[in-house]
Amino acid sequence: MRVAVVVFPGTNCEQDVLRVYGELLAAQAYPVWHRDTDLQGADLVVLPGGFSYGDYLRTGALAKLSPVMGSVKTFADRGGRVLGICNGFQVLCEAGLLPGALLENVGRRFLSRFVHIAVGSTRSFFTQGLEPRQVITCPIAHFQGNYFADPDTLKDLEDSDQIVFRYSTADGQIRPADLEVNVNGSCLAIAGVSNRAGNVVGLMPHPERAVESLTGYVGGVSGLEPFRAAVSG
Amino acid sequence: MRFQVLVRLKAGVLDVQGKAIETGLKDKHFEGFKNIRVGRVIELQVEGVPAEQARTQVGEVCRLLLANPVIEDYEIKEVA
Repeated sequence: MRVAVVVFPGTNCEQDVLRVYGELLAAQAYPVWHRDTDLQGADLVVLPGGFSYGDYLRTGALAKLSPVMGSVKTFADRGGRVLGICNGFQVLCEAGLLPGALLENVGRRFLSRFVHIAVGSTRSFFTQGLEPRQVITCPIAHFQGNYFADPDTLKDLEDSDQIVFRYSTADGQIRPADLEVNVNGSCLAIAGVSNRAGNVVGLMPHPERAVESLTGYVGGVSGLEPFRAAVSG
Repeated sequence: MRFQVLVRLKAGVLDVQGKAIETGLKDKHFEGFKNIRVGRVIELQVEGVPAEQARTQVGEVCRLLLANPVIEDYEIKEVA
């Protein structure tokens, strides 16, 4: 399996993803600079977290214009697997590859902490083989993570089984109105969504930071599992 | 030609900067302020193309980049 990890100016989580795939899951993982348009035969493209273009204008807004994004869009349109984590999720929404947008957190704070996320849809490549309602505990680190979409889009996401992760309690309960659980105030407590076909996925939390006990795995289902799913089947 | 683009969050979309300003004003005992909304003004200068093309391009740029239609509205003003 070949995994392309896209690097924009300001991206800062690419090493975590390269380690997950290159060292822990024995894939061929390599960085692709945003000015390049060759994805080098990728089976999976990952847009990692960070602050692309310093979050100028809106998070992810300028990154969507980078030359590499034309190739990512073509790749996705042909059914290729694309994953956006944190800022990568914001880029995919801005680029129109995923529905909705990420607003500033309801509590007006940058949130750097652990959260629990419960698996929703298992139709996506990132959650295939996982159990619905399975809980992964992993870090978040964002100021603009409050998922927003209009009511019609939200209904559509539910009806077509596109909600991939929701913020939850440790035992998997979803409480959208409780900011202790739905920490950034996201609509329907959405932490991650897929496109309709399930081959493009974005999420705000960082499961790649919860794969080893030295650096953030605190027990339960490992953050490694969805990354493993993404390069199987 | 010079243009000013005003971008703001759509009605109903939470504006946390506006909320923070409201809280600050309340702390300073200003009364009666409600629904404070923060937008942004972007100034553009377009030269060397016919006026109609300049206008069309500014519209395209607003839709492509300057505003996110999921959460924002925009207005374009031509500035003398």
